[in-house]
Amino acid sequence: MKAFEYAAPSTEAEAIELMTERAGTVEILAGGTDLVGLMKQMLVNPDRVVNLMEIRSLREIEPTPSGGVSIGAAVSLEQILDSHYLDPYASLKQAINNISSMQLRCQGTLGGELCQRPQCWFFRGGHGLLGDDGRAVAQGDNRYHAVFANAGPAKFVNNSRLAPALIVRDARLRIVGPSPDAEQWVDLADFYRIPRHGEQRENVLRAGQFVSHIELPDPGSFQCATYEVRQGAGPEYPLTAAAARLNVQSGVVRDAKIVLGHVAPTPWRSEDAEHELIGKPLTAETIEAAGLAAIRLATPLSRNEYKVTLAQVSVERAVRMAAGLPPGGF
Amino acid sequence: MADIQYSWPDRDSSKVIGGRQIRLDGMAKSTGAAKYAYDINLKNMLVARALGSPHAHCTIKSIDSAQAEKVPGVVHVHVLDHAKPGREIRWQGELLVIVAAETEAAAMEGVSKLRVEYEPLEVFVDEFNLEAAKKAGRTSKDGGKVQLEKEPGDDEDEATFADKELERLFKQSAHVVEGFYGIDAITHCCLEPHGATVYWDNDQLIAYLSTQNVSGTDEGFANDLKIPADKIEVRCQYVGGGFGSKFAPDYWGTAAARIAKATGRPVKLMLSRDQEFKLGGNRPSAYLKVRLGADKDGVVTVWDSDHWSSPGADGPGVPQGVIPYVFAPKNYRRAVTKVTTNNGPARAWRAPNHPQGCAITQTAYDDMAARMGISSYDLFLKNLGTDDSPGVAGAKPSVYAAEMEIAARLIDWKAKWHPHGKGARRGDIVDGLGMSLHTWGGGGHESTCTVKIHPDGGVESFCGTQDIGSGTRTVCAMVLAETFGLGVDAIRINYGSSRFPVSGPSGGSTTVGGVSESHRRAGQEALAKICEMVAEKLGVPAAELIADDGRIKARGDAKKSVAWKEACAMLGMKPLEVTATFRPSRNKSPLSDTKVGGVQMAHVEVDTRTGLIRMRKFVAVQDMGLIINRRLAESQIYGAVIMGIAYSLFEQRISDPASGAFLNADMSKYNLCRLGDIGEIVVEMYEPESERSRGVIGLGEPPVIGPGAAISNAVCNALGFRVPVLPLTPQRVLEAIKNNAGRA
Ligand SMILES: Cc1cc2nc3c(=O)[nH]c(=O)nc-3n(C[C@H](O)[C@H](O)[C@H](O)COP(=O)(O)OP(=O)(O)OC[C@H]3O[C@@H](n4cnc5c(N)ncnc54)[C@H](O)[C@@H]3O)c2cc1C
Repeated sequence: MKAFEYAAPSTEAEAIELMTERAGTVEILAGGTDLVGLMKQMLVNPDRVVNLMEIRSLREIEPTPSGGVSIGAAVSLEQILDSHYLDPYASLKQAINNISSMQLRCQGTLGGELCQRPQCWFFRGGHGLLGDDGRAVAQGDNRYHAVFANAGPAKFVNNSRLAPALIVRDARLRIVGPSPDAEQWVDLADFYRIPRHGEQRENVLRAGQFVSHIELPDPGSFQCATYEVRQGAGPEYPLTAAAARLNVQSGVVRDAKIVLGHVAPTPWRSEDAEHELIGKPLTAETIEAAGLAAIRLATPLSRNEYKVTLAQVSVERAVRMAAGLPPGGF
Repeated sequence: MADIQYSWPDRDSSKVIGGRQIRLDGMAKSTGAAKYAYDINLKNMLVARALGSPHAHCTIKSIDSAQAEKVPGVVHVHVLDHAKPGREIRWQGELLVIVAAETEAAAMEGVSKLRVEYEPLEVFVDEFNLEAAKKAGRTSKDGGKVQLEKEPGDDEDEATFADKELERLFKQSAHVVEGFYGIDAITHCCLEPHGATVYWDNDQLIAYLSTQNVSGTDEGFANDLKIPADKIEVRCQYVGGGFGSKFAPDYWGTAAARIAKATGRPVKLMLSRDQEFKLGGNRPSAYLKVRLGADKDGVVTVWDSDHWSSPGADGPGVPQGVIPYVFAPKNYRRAVTKVTTNNGPARAWRAPNHPQGCAITQTAYDDMAARMGISSYDLFLKNLGTDDSPGVAGAKPSVYAAEMEIAARLIDWKAKWHPHGKGARRGDIVDGLGMSLHTWGGGGHESTCTVKIHPDGGVESFCGTQDIGSGTRTVCAMVLAETFGLGVDAIRINYGSSRFPVSGPSGGSTTVGGVSESHRRAGQEALAKICEMVAEKLGVPAAELIADDGRIKARGDAKKSVAWKEACAMLGMKPLEVTATFRPSRNKSPLSDTKVGGVQMAHVEVDTRTGLIRMRKFVAVQDMGLIINRRLAESQIYGAVIMGIAYSLFEQRISDPASGAFLNADMSKYNLCRLGDIGEIVVEMYEPESERSRGVIGLGEPPVIGPGAAISNAVCNALGFRVPVLPLTPQRVLEAIKNNAGRA
């Protein structure tokens, strides 16, 4: 680990000032479960680390006037599980419970979960976020890499396990900075981007900005579920995942939203799968068609064709679970 | 004094032996009071960290450490000999330069400031691909053996005869199976990395080393440092995992000693996590192509295999001797090719070569059962042969048969078995049963023990052994407690120093046999001396005295006895010291033996759409001669089965085909199973009098051998076709399902 300056502000404004007052790289510290490892391996070498955990407003879960819930970015995953305000968002809690490590749930924060860096082993092995401009992944072992949107140099997958569940719920983010009173709201679906070159990161945050809150709208009368293909019971990342939101009336799907995880450099919305569902009776055939539609655009790399199958099954099973059916497999 | 008849008390009169004594150091371990080499912190100590080669194959052009030396806190920079300019480096992670500093952070910053120029060389790591290995010039013949019942005529060429004879035997066979099977390389994955904390006390070197070989590593230091071995003390009270990889000081251990000498300060040098993965040892891969033929009953009579194996850059691969495993067909040809790659060199891994041999051959036997449409149980049973005419080279056929019967009952084989691929489906889930057999030696190693009895009744022992987590300390205490008729708490066991009497390395499951021999022998001899003194006082012949319940008593006359303390007081001012040695020899010792069998069965579920496998139940039936501590013995088996589930379903060294980098060399990417992944594990000890009377036999290794074949066979039984290579990852299961489209 490289020596660094450490700051623990107690307000958003102070945090922004500490992030912008001087040249040099700054990293945000939340629970630190990802950042500290990256720093110890000297993959991320900030001159200054700004800890958000002392900022009270970022650690609260509150109902919003419009019937939704606002979650501070520094709220721990365990706090979310404990919060009654979030009971109506059962699929979010289900996704958190899938992260089967008490330590990660207690120490990790929602902001950190959404902003965690890719697990791509070329990135973690020191080849940069894009892995030698995409060559390392293309020529090397890419079994866990992207099967969608992987034509450019970025071929890693977004590893957030909560983003799909939150995106199907139309979650929005409040981003603050770089000027002391700047604030902006962004749909979580638009927060992630695919970097084109080594200077870019995986989301739209600019220097001096951070996520302060995540807001969920009124839970509505949707049925939601997340299905993950997890090789084991541990906290390892799933191979693929899908979150589904359905609005079913009299057996017919009126509205649907499908977002896959771990298949593309961003959470991956599948409008193709949604089209297959909307307006159709919720039958086994419809569900199967949605799964197939979801993988129509897949472009597997040399060693990850199996992930296309898993993506398809993830969508089918997420839809089944949202519909209240057993997933059919593990 | 009459010659002492070494013996164990029989089952009914044993007070301690065979019991469930909990680990004597359990509390220390669970509270953190136990100090491992990694935990030893000495006054004024430097912490060392090393730069590992980022390339899997390269030559070193130059090393510049000037910037590293300027980092505040850096005290010493040590360039290893094998990293001098011009030298070739053959695997990623090989240590090049060690930086010792006041803190770990300073050492790491120093490492980051080292400037090394490399000339990258061609890399080969694709050991799975034999054709590619041949093309890259990375293969060599590695032995083989042909054995045929018929002999060639005088003028016949042996190779041509073998070709012809094997063809004839295959034609004659009622059933023939051709198959491909494999198992990838895994690493030892010790939670405590390799390394040492060392200091010099004038010209004496004291090394706190994480080692399986307390009595034998001082030589390693001595040879490398060119100092007499008597100037070295190796200490090790606790080891955080070794599994066969920690028998030597290693070059980083002696480098720590050199740095300590150069700086005049204690030095701690432990490998980093990725270095532990890359250098700390791995188990060779093995892949096998085979044709086997059986008679109409399913007895395999001919076996013709070609296998290749990679120990990485150096070392032996899986030899022909474990092919096929346990089963010994009358006619066979087995050829071996070694593939050399740019991966770190292999080291012995718990039951070296047996897990691979079992996994790549008992799967072929299982496929024979599938081909014939019969139960694997019946086929395995037929192939055992009889005690007079064994079909196996391992434990006795009757032992396997008895263990199979127990295992089948525990897993409910009869009710749950279905023909391969013909089970009931629950949604996308199918289930299956599989089994395997294993064998191991486990005879005790040479061991010397000194028992000291103090006039106040205190008992302690000294032995240069180690407790690698298997419970050696507890076992030694139980042996002496039984011998002296005392409680285990009354015994003080001293081990873990090379200053103590020599005892063998903990490898090959030889420890429990060795130390129980030396402790029992020294104990019985010391007791005989005590009894001689007591005999005079009680007026009873010494041979009629026994130690029981804290007293020395006359056999059959409870009134004639003295308390243990009183007996020891007769020693006067001087403690009694007795040293005894066990040396394994051809003559069977009354206290120990060698060779065990074991039967394992697995019940799994497979999700045919995701390729996920879940363990439902695993049964392990094991013989091990006389059991000293039932709880610890069971715990060895539970641990071994869990390790076996890990290498069957999860564990795999992943080397990047392009760069040769070890891609998952970190705990978050090197998949292991968790408690939630192991299902129900049932352990059953097979200890009838016929086994118990053989004496002590080691069991650390045998139960880790079978899970690969048992689980692969269960998956095959579920799906109806083979997923050929372990670990059975979802990717591989899905690929097999695709290749067998229409059959799942
Ligand atoms: C062994 C292990 C297993 C793991 N397994 C999983 C898993 O199964 N699933 C999973 O989802 N995660 C997993 N993680 C990854 C990660 O640690 C967690 O996702 C965690 O929730 C991250 O939260 P944190 O608060 O600790 O983040 P930190 O480490 O503090 O931060 C993570 C990143 O996000 C940035 N950041 C944090 N907060 C903000 C903010 N408010 N605004 C802008 N940027 C921010 C940081 O600068 C940093 O780059 C694992 C980590 C480890 C060490």
